[in-house]
Amino acid sequence: MALQPAVTDLELLKDRPAVACLLSGLPGALQSAKFDREELTLWIDPFHLIDALNLLRSSSSTQFAVLADLTAVDWFPSEPRFEVVYSLLSHERHERIRIKVKVNGADPYIESVTALWAGASPFEREVFDLFGIRFQGHPDLRRILLPDDWEGYPLRKDYPVEGYR
Amino acid sequence: MPSIDQFRSVPVVETIGGDRTMVLNMGPQHPSTHGVLRLLLEIDGETIVRVRPDIGFLHTGIEKTCEAKFYQQVIPMTDRIDYLCPMTNNFAYVLAVEKLLGLEIPPRAMWIRLMLNELTRINSHLVWLGTHALDIGAMTVFLYCFREREEILKMFEMVAGQRMMTSYFRVGGVSMDLPLGFLDYIKNFAAYFPDRIDQYSDLLTNNPIWMGRTKGVAFITKHDALELMLSGPTARGSGVDWDLRRDMPYGGYEKLDFKVPVQTAGDVFARYQVRMGELRESISMVKQAIANLPDGPVKADAPKIVLPDREKMKTQMESLIHHFKIVTEGFTVPEGEVYQGVESPRGEMGYYVASDGTAKPYRVHMRSPSFANLNAIGVMCEHNLLADVVAAIGSIDIVLGDVDR
Repeated sequence: MALQPAVTDLELLKDRPAVACLLSGLPGALQSAKFDREELTLWIDPFHLIDALNLLRSSSSTQFAVLADLTAVDWFPSEPRFEVVYSLLSHERHERIRIKVKVNGADPYIESVTALWAGASPFEREVFDLFGIRFQGHPDLRRILLPDDWEGYPLRKDYPVEGYR
Repeated sequence: MPSIDQFRSVPVVETIGGDRTMVLNMGPQHPSTHGVLRLLLEIDGETIVRVRPDIGFLHTGIEKTCEAKFYQQVIPMTDRIDYLCPMTNNFAYVLAVEKLLGLEIPPRAMWIRLMLNELTRINSHLVWLGTHALDIGAMTVFLYCFREREEILKMFEMVAGQRMMTSYFRVGGVSMDLPLGFLDYIKNFAAYFPDRIDQYSDLLTNNPIWMGRTKGVAFITKHDALELMLSGPTARGSGVDWDLRRDMPYGGYEKLDFKVPVQTAGDVFARYQVRMGELRESISMVKQAIANLPDGPVKADAPKIVLPDREKMKTQMESLIHHFKIVTEGFTVPEGEVYQGVESPRGEMGYYVASDGTAKPYRVHMRSPSFANLNAIGVMCEHNLLADVVAAIGSIDIVLGDVDR
């Protein structure tokens, strides 16, 4: 099974239900897309995040009703520095999709998805705890794994692996 | 935006019930919380008004540590996340890295992985059943479960040299072939284990005390289960007919024939029935894997990724060079990212691995089932009695290493 080169051309991907759904239902939301190793990744404009997730969740052609995972990646020192990663899953169509949103490093914040999936609450708290990305509209945003008085955000790339001594 | 400082000070004891209620602290050293889970229970008399879990006591920063290790060095870290199902974690991680590499593994390795993965599920479910029953007051089951679990741990020791932190799966296969006599041992186990499941079932299923403590207790609806991102037996007890092994097969599960037990009652008893059903399915899958186990190599033919056999390393110059290179420099993985979800005994265990083209993973994220399933504790316990909290915790089957990572 040799690796196929990644497809990033939107023209080639526009037949995929998720891409088609976003292009027709929410023009301007989709920034770019990538199909690599049998997995589809879509980059969404942060201002359209909630609408886009809601559309993918409710549209009959996509039905991504389950949020499987929520995390973030730090691409320090490039800017926008963070990517928040949402893994959606469709029980009906047996398919996964990855939604990514770029978040800048100077004032990292993004809209919370707890209104769509109540279960996202601890996942967002974890990202806040370890990356320092704030989620607007989260009901109870505070540290979850680390002590409340912890300094810094360990999963950022400029945080030393051994911690500050 | 609110300032970041406002998140620092947390009012720990704050009630919603006014004068009627009080807050009771449970854990983190309570024996029935299965590790270091701390629950803040707001109670009105003996009725639960609200439950707030407080986690993080076991946080070791494994995700951060992984970023500083070579790809092959991450495997022992994955054992320590969910310490009751080490092989499932190994499985998810190596599948993710193999997907990144585009590496195919030989059939024998695939069947060995499936067989051991299902044994791991049995191992984990036996600990769950034993401790869950012990929490509710049925002590005998615990002793019986650990009798069989000991046999499985012996098998793990035979294949991996370790009882619990096995690290047996490797990128490109498994670390070494099965030892002599292993298949006879496991066949013997598979022959008598179904009777042992009947023994546990005889002790519990129709036991009036067990039914009284589990039926109608810690109820959760299908809608809530999906909304709260639950997975695995916890969700299947509420009628969510979803199992990654069947619905999105990985690592060879499409070659096995099995049913997915689903219950719709949504209470502790339903989740108990689901897991008991899974025990039977798992042992049948182990038998199928033994029957299908072909001869052949257990490692992929990829000398730059897979360590050579010891014998070759000592006799062939090229193998020695490859061995030296992999051990000192690791192997590089092409740029990209994957998410590999597997069905762990607790639910969807997902590994999100991002590579920047070097020999160390850029980011490893574990989507742990216990972390998500803990969401359910609030909904399950509300309006239940204080004594039922331990039944609810046991029925979610959390592992705190998995929650805190």
